[in-house]
Amino acid sequence: MIRKYSVLVSLAVLAVVMLVPFAIVTLNALRSPQDYSANGPLSLPDGLYLDGIVEFWNRVDFGGKLWNSLLISGSVAVLAVILSVLNAYALGIGRVRGRVWIMVVFLVANTLPQEALVYPLYYLSKQAGLYDSRLGVIIIFTVIQSAFGTYLLASVLGRFPHEILEAAAIDGAGKWRALWRIVVPISRPTLSVLLIFFFIWTWNEFFLPLIFLISNENQTVPVALGVLQGDKMMDATMSSASALLGILPAVVFFLIFQRTLTRGVTVGAIK
Amino acid sequence: MAVHAPAVRPKAVRGPEPRPRRRRTGGYWVFLLPSAVLFTAVILVPFLMNIGISFTRWQGIGDPRWLGIDNYTRLFADERFWASFRNNLALIVAMAIVPTIVGLVLAATLFDYVGRKFGPRTAGTLRAAYYLPQVLPVAIAGIVWGWIMHPRYGALNAFLGLFGAEPRSWLGDPGWALPSVMLIMVWFQIGYPVVIFMAGLQRVDPALYEAAEMDGASWWRRFRHITIPQIRPEIYVVLLTCTIAALKVFGPIFVLTRGGPGGATLVPSYFSYQNFFEKANVGYGAAIATVLTLVIIVVTAFFLRIQDNEDGQS
Repeated sequence: MIRKYSVLVSLAVLAVVMLVPFAIVTLNALRSPQDYSANGPLSLPDGLYLDGIVEFWNRVDFGGKLWNSLLISGSVAVLAVILSVLNAYALGIGRVRGRVWIMVVFLVANTLPQEALVYPLYYLSKQAGLYDSRLGVIIIFTVIQSAFGTYLLASVLGRFPHEILEAAAIDGAGKWRALWRIVVPISRPTLSVLLIFFFIWTWNEFFLPLIFLISNENQTVPVALGVLQGDKMMDATMSSASALLGILPAVVFFLIFQRTLTRGVTVGAIK
Repeated sequence: MAVHAPAVRPKAVRGPEPRPRRRRTGGYWVFLLPSAVLFTAVILVPFLMNIGISFTRWQGIGDPRWLGIDNYTRLFADERFWASFRNNLALIVAMAIVPTIVGLVLAATLFDYVGRKFGPRTAGTLRAAYYLPQVLPVAIAGIVWGWIMHPRYGALNAFLGLFGAEPRSWLGDPGWALPSVMLIMVWFQIGYPVVIFMAGLQRVDPALYEAAEMDGASWWRRFRHITIPQIRPEIYVVLLTCTIAALKVFGPIFVLTRGGPGGATLVPSYFSYQNFFEKANVGYGAAIATVLTLVIIVVTAFFLRIQDNEDGQS
């Protein structure tokens, strides 16, 4: 009996330890600077103090950063799913010649470190006038995410029931019509999982957006908060307000997409 | 769910070809055209350019000067380069090896013990708690811990102070910086293997555990002889993806330590970034990035190889 509960208690203690950083950041984001200097970071706050968050929000124009992140991640998710579907249609259903090698190219592209692309991309995007623009980042991540999407979808579509396509061909549907009217609707569950993953992965990206989005009005949430680290203007409570604002959207997405994510989390395993 | 298949059984991708089809094929290559153009512009050309640049001295402006393999010979004699890969090994321990081992124990305990004795809801709640750090952008995880470990106002020093410990600059002390970053990365990573392994365990026939238990097999024996062999594919996938993530790690280093103090947390990715954008040693940075790419490709090939051998045996 004691043994039975001791296992549970130790697992619960570990769970608490994992959650403490979230709690401590929240406590101090909701604390006034006076309360902080009087009581330190560990006590419960005197009262609910939202001015720190509001002040930080306005100072960095957090609404603008959220919009940039939403715009970039949303566009990438949609475009990368479209690109993945087109590729996977040719590879999985069309079985074009040399598909094995094409798949290898996508797989290698998927494992390449962004460091090996960053400087030429930086240089070329300056030449093309896409440097420091959200469009440039959208194009780059659409390609990067679709490398993974193609790899995954091609194997899913490789098992697509051909009878359906043959029936459609007899009815006179061309390849293009068959794709949009038959393949896409039937694969919708997989496509929506991909869409959500692409959105969250792009939201979480840091390295390339840090280099490509240098002006304030183009920055995403992680980049804006990341470059503010160590800023002399940031005191204890404002720093934790910034951390909380970084945490919140991620947790909100997790709650919204939880069911899809827990069902599909193993998809990410190949990335 | 169809989406599980490739991850759980990666062989499926390379599995037997579907039966031959009578329908005429051809003409499908048109659908690859948009990607062909975009991949050439965003991946292929930049990748080849990077390799080319790595054989030159270039400051990012003007004409690059051809150096041959000089950047590479300099690199292999550069103590900072080797230090960055040693630090990377430490991060592989923190991001791949420790989370895999701890994740195995946690997943098996949650599945085989908590789930059965206290119900799946309890197991699910605990799993969600372990997984929560994983939902954060890794740079934000760094910001959270940068605050907690802040030498002046962080909560960690305040907490340890309750027990009379001296305040410490966790990330600013050359001896403590790397262990601190490792600890943070363990916290960040642990939920991922727990979730993947628990998903894998769903495949295992519960009768297997019940039979073993009736035969008097201890928890440890069941763990070794049932759990681990059954979810071997997931273990490979987790080790591979986490090792690659550790080799690529940049965000937390940028946010927490910028590779410091004195190179104590320098990693190849940050080292190349420094050379590209801070020191304008573009050729040298490109050489670092090329070596990193090679290491990642070799590691991937190695994992896929042993996985293939395992598949062949079973």
